[in-house]
Order: sequence, then C-alpha cells, then structure tokens
Amino acid sequence: MLYNIFIDPFVQMAGAPDLLVQALWDGLVSGVLYALIALGFVLIFKASGVFNFAQGIMVVFAALTLVGLYEKGVPAWVALALTLVVMFLLAVAVERVVLRPLVNQPDIILFMATFGLTYFLIGFGELVFGGNPKAMITEQLGLPRGVIDVEMLGGRVSLQKIDIAAAIIASIMVAALAVFFQKTRIGRALRAVADSHKAALSVGISLNQIWVIVWFTAGVVALAAGIMWGARSEVSFALEIVALKALPVLVLGGFTSVPGAIVGGLIIGVGEKLGEFYWGPLVGGGIETWLAYFIALAFLLFRPQGLFGEKIIERI
Amino acid sequence: MGYMSKVLLSAASGAAMLLGGQLGPVQAQDGKDANFVPLFTYRTGPFSGSGIPIANGMRDYLEMLNQRDGGVGGAKIVIEECETGYDTKKGLECYEAVKGRNPVMVNPWSTGITLPLIPRAAVDKIPVLSMAYGLSASADGQTFPWIFNPPNTYWDGLSVIVKHIADELGGLDKLKGKKIGYIYLDAGFGKEPIPMFEQFAKDLGFELKLYPVAATDMQNQSSQWLGVRRDKPDYMVMYGWGALNPTAIKEATRINYPMNRFISIWWPSEDDARSAGAGAKGFRELNWHGVGTDFPVLKDIQKHVVDKGLSKVAKGKEGEVLYNRGVYNSMLIAEGIRNAQKLTGKKAVTGEDVRRGLEAINLTPERLKELGMEGFTDPLKLGCADHNGHGAAFVQEWDGEKYVKIGGPIKPMEDKVGPVAAAAAKDYVEKNAGWPKRSEACDSK
Repeated sequence: MLYNIFIDPFVQMAGAPDLLVQALWDGLVSGVLYALIALGFVLIFKASGVFNFAQGIMVVFAALTLVGLYEKGVPAWVALALTLVVMFLLAVAVERVVLRPLVNQPDIILFMATFGLTYFLIGFGELVFGGNPKAMITEQLGLPRGVIDVEMLGGRVSLQKIDIAAAIIASIMVAALAVFFQKTRIGRALRAVADSHKAALSVGISLNQIWVIVWFTAGVVALAAGIMWGARSEVSFALEIVALKALPVLVLGGFTSVPGAIVGGLIIGVGEKLGEFYWGPLVGGGIETWLAYFIALAFLLFRPQGLFGEKIIERI
Repeated sequence: MGYMSKVLLSAASGAAMLLGGQLGPVQAQDGKDANFVPLFTYRTGPFSGSGIPIANGMRDYLEMLNQRDGGVGGAKIVIEECETGYDTKKGLECYEAVKGRNPVMVNPWSTGITLPLIPRAAVDKIPVLSMAYGLSASADGQTFPWIFNPPNTYWDGLSVIVKHIADELGGLDKLKGKKIGYIYLDAGFGKEPIPMFEQFAKDLGFELKLYPVAATDMQNQSSQWLGVRRDKPDYMVMYGWGALNPTAIKEATRINYPMNRFISIWWPSEDDARSAGAGAKGFRELNWHGVGTDFPVLKDIQKHVVDKGLSKVAKGKEGEVLYNRGVYNSMLIAEGIRNAQKLTGKKAVTGEDVRRGLEAINLTPERLKELGMEGFTDPLKLGCADHNGHGAAFVQEWDGEKYVKIGGPIKPMEDKVGPVAAAAAKDYVEKNAGWPKRSEACDSK
C-alpha cells in the first residue's frame, strides 16, 4: 500500500515522462481557466468586499449571450461586441438594483444578494436563450481548432490549439489587468476603494462608478472564461459547476490577490490532474472533485489568508 | 410561443404544482373524464441537453393523442410537467406534489429519483415507469409489482455491448485478456451496471478499468482520458448523461481514440456527437427504436402538434434519437392507460388500474402498426413476472450527420444477466426488511 502511494506514482512518471508532461499541460490549461474565473471573484471582492457567488453563472450567462445572439443571426464579432454591452448593462443594473440599495449593509447581506442574482441570471438566461446546450462559435471568432502533436520523451504530447489560445489570452488579460490596476487613474481608484471605502469617498472617488467598472471587468473576464470552457466542451449550465472550482483557488490564493488567483489556479489545476491521474486509481478514481478542496485546506492550515492574501489584523 | 406566454405558462404550472397537494384528483377542463399524467422533466440545468428532447417527445406524443383522438379511450390526458433539474431532492418534491392528485403513474427520468420511489410506489399505489433506466433488478414483477422498466435494463444493455464487442473480436472467448474501459457518471445511474460489468469481467476474462466522472466535472474530463491514454483499453464503454456525453466524445477525439471502439448505452443525442466535429464519426451507441420522422406516428405528431404550434420542440429536432425516445416512453404510458380502461371498463383510471394495464402490455406487430410504429421498434410483451421484456437492441453509428443502424438486433445475454438480476432482487428484499410479498392480482396470462 505504502509503495502504491509513495513510490509507484513516481515510477510511473519516470516510466512515461510524456504522460507526465501531458498531465502537467492539461493541469496548467485547467489552472489558467480556473484562474480566469477566480480573477472575477477577486476583482469584485477587492473593490466592494462582496463575495460574488454569481461569478460562476456570469461565465455561463456571458457565453450563452454570445452564442445565443449568434444563433439569432447576429454575426460573430457583432455578437461579441453586443455581449460586452450586455455585460456592461448587467454591471450597471447590479450596481443600481443590488449594491446601491444595500450599501452599508453587513457583508453577509450582499453575499446573499449575489445568490439571488445567480438564480435570476439562470432563469433569465434560460428564458431568453433556452436551456439547450449550445456549441461555442470557436471558428467564427477566429479561434484555432485542432491539435499539435509533439513527439517528445519517447512518446507524444498533444497540445490543443484552443488550449494554447486560452493560455495566451488569459496571460494577456492578466497582464492587461495588472497594468490597468497599477498604471491607470481608474486602477488607482479601484485600489483605493479596495483599501478603504470611506477614505476613497473622502477624496472624491465615486464608489458607484467604481463598482460598475469592476463588475463590468469581472463580466469581461467571465466572457473570456466562458468562451474558453465552452470551446472545450459546450456552452451549458453545467459550466456553472465547473466555475465553482474557483472556490478552492480563492482559498489558496487569497480573496484579494490577483497574482494569488493566478498562482492558486495553476496549483489547483496541476494538483488535481496529477492527483487524479497518478493517485486516483488507488481509490477507484474520481478524486478530482474533492482533491482541489483538500489542497486548498492543506494550505489554509499554514496560511489562513491564502498564499498572497492580506494578513487580517484587527484591534480588539 | 412568445416569452411572455412562456413566463405565464411556467408560472401557471408552477402554481398548479405548489397547490397540487391541496387539489383533488385532476379532471379535464370540460369536467369530463381525464387521466392525469405527470411528467418529471428537466429543461434546465446541467442535464438539460438530454432532458429537453425527451421532455418534448413525451409531451408531444400525449398531446397528439389529445388532439387527434381526444385522449385515450375517450378520456383526455392531463399532461403536467414538473421540473426536477435531474436533482433527486427536487424529483421527490415533484412526487409529493403530484401523488395526491391521482396520477396514473410517474416517470422519474432519473435513476437517482427512481431508487427512493421504489419502496413508495407500493404504498402510494402509483406505478413507476422507469423506461430502460433505474434499478435493473426491478424488472422482476413478482418482487417489484409497481415498477416497470421496459424494454431493456441497464444490465441488458451492457450485455448487448459486451456481445457486440465479442462479435467484432470473433466470439466471447476472444474477450479473454482484453481490456475494457468504462467511463460513467459517478452517480446512481452510472454505478448501476458496475456489478454486472465486474461479473462479465470475471466470467469472460477481460480486465475492467473504471473512469468515474463526477457531475461537477462533466465538462472537465481530461484526467479520465489521460488515464485512457495510459491504460490503452481495447474498447471504451460509456454510461453518460447531460454534459458528460458531448465532453467525453470530444475528449475521445482529442486523444485519437478509435471511435468505432467507443460504445455507449442508449443516451447520447445527435447534438452530443455533432459537437465533437468530424472526429466523432464512427462513435457508436445502442438503440431500440427508429430515428427520424419517417413513421406514421411521427407524421401525426408533426400534423397535430408541431404544425399547430403546440410543441416546444425546435424546428427540425423532432425525430432525433432522444425525442423519439420520449415518444416511445409516452406510447407505453398510453398503452398502460388503454389496457387499464379495457380491464376495468372505466375511462378515468387510477394508478392501481394502470399497474395492471402496464402488465398487460403486448405490442404485437399488428398493434405497432395500429400505433403508427411499424418498423419503429420491436414487439414487446410484459407480464406479471416480467416488467421489462428484455428486448433486443441494435448498434447505431454516427456518420457525421446522423446515427445509422450498423447491425441487426442483439438479444441480451439472459443466461448471464438473469441469475445476477435474480440474486440482486433477492438481495434487495433481504436488505429492506418487511418488503411485502406480492399480493397484487395478475391479469396477464
């Protein structure tokens, strides 16, 4: 038994290094996508202190809007632009209808409000676009399809072009967000709001404007995640469940850290793939579902604030 | 149907469901005799891809009978959907909402929902029709007089798949030393055939590799398929549902798994295969009925329901494999009601009557022709002891645009499945202390 747990997996890794590379690549790609979803949570949490439970359904809603508009005859790129408009309108609506009336309410109230938002978006999405799964318009958006097989380490590593595109797009988005946060006036305002709502208000920063911007940004991130996940499988409400994989990423990376979301996503992605592939068969498989939470909880024991989260110090 | 109509319709049916427990037995709006058929469906959530076409097929067939014939035997069918989202808890809520309204039967459309209903059926006197799903052992009518799962059990289906593989290899003995992978939804449904699969592996000498997929990871299967790459199974068998199916087919194409060695139980739809692109060509699954609209029954549905705007089916989707599966399911419902009417002389029948009616199902070639189903499916005869029929299934292959039948009917391996099913039924009774001995009368000869 001990051999199977501590020795055999590593013997397998050494024996078939191509499969190890493949597992690492698959894990990295999943991790990048988890990170994208987690990024949406982080952005909103930083700016408004709200844990946005609706981030998962925003991924589905954005992708569904894009594909739904295309199915209604709107050209792909126009559908993409219109989806961005829809996500902006959603951000405005959330700020006006959900956040503004609940300002100064306890965090738990805002959190529960995002539950309500989740079910509203599920119902609204199904009402407008139907519950049928839809195929992502990968080719129409110019995203690559197909596979690149690389002969290496005595075997083959298959790199899906869409996965490569996902990694590149996610990296660009993260870099753009980093620049946006660090170098722009709005970015500085966002950071100010994240540090202290009251202090930000006192220097004339519009909280409402910031909330709209940050929810819209989270919507854009959700759209990117939805396109990529949708291209790997299909656009359906099952994506919402996948999106919840971002929770252990947040636990691991910290709720307020953009780099934490990225690193956390990669650790969870790679960890669950390696775990399922090498250790899963020991218990009949299917450990991927809970392994991510196990990894996150293990980290939590040592760093309760997450890898990059801010240490919470409160005066008593 | 406009959005507002949909909203109002949903609100009305939701209110009806909520009030259901307090309302009396269902009657037709005109006060005449009616039979209440609740349909547990899922048009929303992660499993809607499979649930929607089935719901449409079930509803449209019954609506066609209402439109064309005024119902069954002069009594309208009151059709009411209850949305379960393929969630066992919601399914049981649906059951509680309808059970006091004299439903003639329930159709759970989920193995997970079916299992807890099995002990309740006898108490509430409501037959459960779990058509080709649910507990395989419940085909034994002497032990489970209220449960019906025609025309095949999951174990029958598995035996057909094993036989198909053996036929390709040149005989059952050729399975010795082979490796067969099993990818499945890690839930009641997907786990159901495992005991039978293990028995086959033991008896026939092949190695079985399991690849469970949790509902939360249906769209995230790269680990399982990397495992397939490592283990190199000679054949892959799938019992999937909802988003699991299209993702699995896509992943199989991604690792270049030979699609003609990838065989599923009867649930993948055209959309599931289509979404994987050209690489899905050759993918196989079981079926036991026709695909397409080239059958009188389908023409009648188009004429009396679809063309009148009474259907929710998207244009061109009628006739697809899961739509026709829903049609087949509702044909069984209607036959059960019709037989019950004949047996009792009543127009409005009860669950107890329909239980007898289901046991009297006898779909002869002549009867199938009368139903507009000539060539659509094989004859089927149920009885007091046999609630399944254990009919033959065939293999169909995805040609890139549609499923094409690629072989003749394959009968389940009754010699292998029968003893295991009998032992499972016995085991069920032993584990459920006080399980009642059959006291229901038997009408069929």
